Amino acid sequence: MKKNIKIITSSQADWPDEILSTFKEFNLKQICHVPDAGHAKLINLCQSDPKIICTTLTSEEEGVAMLLGAWLGGDRGALLMQSSGVGNVVNMLGLSKTCRFPILMLITMRGEWGEFNPWQNPMGQACRTVLDAIGVRVFEVNSASEIIDTVTAASAFAFNSQQAVAVILSQKFLGAKSFGESQK
Amino acid sequence: MTQKNSELNRRDVVKNILKNREKALVVTGLGGTCWDVTAAGDSPHNFPMWGGMGGAPMVGLGLSLAQPKRTILVITGDGEMLMGLGSLATIGAKRPKNLSLIVIDNEHYGETGMQKTHTGMGTNISMVGKAAGFPFAETISNVKKLNEFIDSLHLSEGPKLAVIKVSNTQDPLVLPPRDGSYLKDRFRSALLGEEAIK
Repeated sequence: MKKNIKIITSSQADWPDEILSTFKEFNLKQICHVPDAGHAKLINLCQSDPKIICTTLTSEEEGVAMLLGAWLGGDRGALLMQSSGVGNVVNMLGLSKTCRFPILMLITMRGEWGEFNPWQNPMGQACRTVLDAIGVRVFEVNSASEIIDTVTAASAFAFNSQQAVAVILSQKFLGAKSFGESQK
Repeated sequence: MTQKNSELNRRDVVKNILKNREKALVVTGLGGTCWDVTAAGDSPHNFPMWGGMGGAPMVGLGLSLAQPKRTILVITGDGEMLMGLGSLATIGAKRPKNLSLIVIDNEHYGETGMQKTHTGMGTNISMVGKAAGFPFAETISNVKKLNEFIDSLHLSEGPKLAVIKVSNTQDPLVLPPRDGSYLKDRFRSALLGEEAIK
């Protein structure tokens, strides 16, 4: 039996609350997301916060376009997604390069560390290369203790420089998605 | 259904809508509608898109949530709308009252050689909007209905989706500025003041 492959437990973690506080420090207002187990707690927090406009998307590329509209109207925002969605947003991310507006993406990894589902692996493993190719500045987080400093630095970078920035949250601390007993 | 016989001409439609824009903020789709809106008169309150196909309705959503007191008009084509069909579900769920999507539907991809789009092969975009919960979602194919829509542009609550069937014309290119960063700063400075671009 394999041991010590961490399974997602973000509902017990404190870092989603701290990310929300960081969002507020930077005056972020529009948070958009696709469904994601790693971001589940942060999504719930954003949805129930009266000061945040939280929008559920059908696809990640909607979020990039939405953040452009938000910025045009004077709002800051962020996009919560997972690595598989990076493949869905590449052309739309080019808008940030052309129009020079800030995009803050928090990306939870799949297909990287302890993944049970091999269908997640190709995009997960191409994620960083694809982001680099379209000009997104990437910050990687490999332990929970680094998250808040990294989200803070990434937010400063995005909004001071009007640049697309991604914070990649590793499965090493996030854990892999649970597939029950079959995972063992 | 062929659109050759539609009584509506896209340039006239867009010009007539924008005549009644008042303080509305306008986002265009790429291609034909970008040129249509510019032909009606370039403005710092327009954000004409040259790329990001499928994204214009969502740019409109982000803008409408940031500026809930302003009327937001997204003027895009059937091809662009079809590429962002999921955004109708997102906008239908979010229900911004101040957002109108205006789809100039000639049933063809005008920029790439006039290939047919799905709207000429059975897809009814306004029905999709209706199914997604838009309080107003209509297909408009005559002057009378167009004028009713224009008269209610700032009145009834949205989100609204007007799919306007136009004849399949090829009109002269009327190009807005191309630089995305300039267009963004121009728009933000007109809307939010000079401070917003410093």
